[in-house]
Amino acid sequence: MVVPESHDTPAVLYIDLHLIHEVTSPQAFDVLRARGLTVHRPDRTVGTMDHSTPTGPRNALGKYAYADTQAESQVNKFAQNCAEFGLEMHALGEKGQGIVHVIGPERGLTQPGKTIVCGDSHTSTHGAFGALAFGIGTTEVGYVLATQCLLQRKPRTMEVRIDGALPRGVTAKDMILAIIRKIGVAGGTGHVIEYTGSAIRNMNMDQRMTVCNMSIEAGARAGMVAPDDVTFAYLHGRHASPKGHAWDEAVNAWRALCSDGDARYDRSISLDASLLEPMVTFGVDPSMGIGISEVVPSHGIPGLQDALAYMGIEPGRPLKGHPIQVAFVGSCTNSRISDIRAAADILKGRRVAEGVRCLVVPGSQQIKQEAESLGLHDVIRAAGAEWREPGCSMCIGMNGDIVPPGQYAISTSNRNFKGRQGPGSRTFLASPEMVAASAVMGVVTDPREVLP
Amino acid sequence: MKKFEKFTAHYAVLNREDIDTDQIIPARFLKVTTRDGLGKHLFSDWRYHADGSDNESFALNCSEHRHAQILVAGANFGCGSSREHAPWALHDFGIRAVLSTSFGDIFANNALKNGVLPIQVSPEFLAHLLGTDGGTMTIDLEAQTVTRDDGISENFKIESFARYRLLHGIDEFEFLMSQSEAIARYEQINGK
Repeated sequence: MVVPESHDTPAVLYIDLHLIHEVTSPQAFDVLRARGLTVHRPDRTVGTMDHSTPTGPRNALGKYAYADTQAESQVNKFAQNCAEFGLEMHALGEKGQGIVHVIGPERGLTQPGKTIVCGDSHTSTHGAFGALAFGIGTTEVGYVLATQCLLQRKPRTMEVRIDGALPRGVTAKDMILAIIRKIGVAGGTGHVIEYTGSAIRNMNMDQRMTVCNMSIEAGARAGMVAPDDVTFAYLHGRHASPKGHAWDEAVNAWRALCSDGDARYDRSISLDASLLEPMVTFGVDPSMGIGISEVVPSHGIPGLQDALAYMGIEPGRPLKGHPIQVAFVGSCTNSRISDIRAAADILKGRRVAEGVRCLVVPGSQQIKQEAESLGLHDVIRAAGAEWREPGCSMCIGMNGDIVPPGQYAISTSNRNFKGRQGPGSRTFLASPEMVAASAVMGVVTDPREVLP
Repeated sequence: MKKFEKFTAHYAVLNREDIDTDQIIPARFLKVTTRDGLGKHLFSDWRYHADGSDNESFALNCSEHRHAQILVAGANFGCGSSREHAPWALHDFGIRAVLSTSFGDIFANNALKNGVLPIQVSPEFLAHLLGTDGGTMTIDLEAQTVTRDDGISENFKIESFARYRLLHGIDEFEFLMSQSEAIARYEQINGK
């Protein structure tokens, strides 16, 4: 904190790591140019290309096929901006490229105690490491480029405590969908969520990232988990992690970054993980979810009739067995190696149902390489699914990977908003396990029925 | 930066809760590298049919609401994506203020930087407005009041620094730049 807040002015908060991508930065670079400014700390700024990038293969000439010229020029503009201002940038197809919230942790840039921002609401992902990480708009991207600082008021705090063991076939994705269902899409507004409890402690980093990623879907700009040995083991030896003596010092400092035992939160809720089952959404916001054994509700939710009309769904019936045309495994929520492996384990020896398009999109080049070294791409392709280049892909549909109007997609992404995956698209949010199982069966399927 | 002055204007009503920024401006319009001219894409999937023609039943397409400068919407307006294209599109369309009982945090923050005032009102006041088919309203940031043409009025709260800089036309960027010595000192002391 550079300057603490007062009644008259917010705090001037120092930003330790600024992640940037092609969609929310071009207008910020224009402001820098117009004001004759440089980037204050290029060494604390890292760029990657992810939203508008194609996920199809290069052609014979080594070129990628962009969705349109606008997407291509946005990506090119980003490369020019990063070169002009001297910033580290991981370009399309290069080794370090991938979804911004996947490469930060993967490269060891995301560390406990850091303040991290990015022009993207899913920046909450990085809170899984005990960092304070939140999404900002493009004007603020400009502020951080120019000063490495932001003006911030202190947020309220909320504890989401989850104890108990997740049953077989129930995942971190199901847990966060259950949390959002419980507190609603505005339940965390104005708050930073801390996820606590034995169920969180027993999770690996991929799982904690999935939970923190969707904090914003409950309205919270940031979600965090206290760092522990699981966190340190993940970070050890990564590209930007401290090395040697500095590593020991860092771990000692990071150990102190947990909430006090008698800490009080502005709000607390709790959940029993052992009571959860695989979740799937039926509506047009992430709180409109049900357990796979439940039926679609008929009342008691604002906007329900409108949501069901858009989705073409009948109340009072289960979603299980509902036909799907698209299955998507990917996005900053569920595109890490454990997600790809979970999907591949179910696809192994099976075929994607006729009439279903199944895309598996790894979160980064590194994950793609790791999956291929394990032979997962062969399993995925043998099942008739597409194994693609890394990027945001069908989560936001900016790169041409879209769900056709009226079709049903079951998706591991984070938003089922109207038209999110393409105009007229209808989205069921679920875990990688449920998406893969549904791809094989051609209908929404309880993954526990097909688990190896 | 332009000062935010007291104004009286027409308001339009969008009686829905949880209007996310994907509805305010769909992602396919984010491939631009400038911020101008996004008003034509505002609420694109609600305002236009798939063939591009106007959806006449959408509030902002009705002749009396086309020039509305104030939007009244259900709770949790602007949730979801951090895209600043949402307030850019609202501003380009001509919207200067949005009234609701609550807003997405990032949207509200972005709106304040772009001359679009997010005004948080009580559920009772909002219910009254949502029950009307638009009308005229006066917004006074100095007094922190909104007053409908029938005289019904309400005070609203706003973060003190945001109010101050909007009233005085102070650019936040300039304020941050003026902190450069404090920032340099912080970096030195903390080894950043």
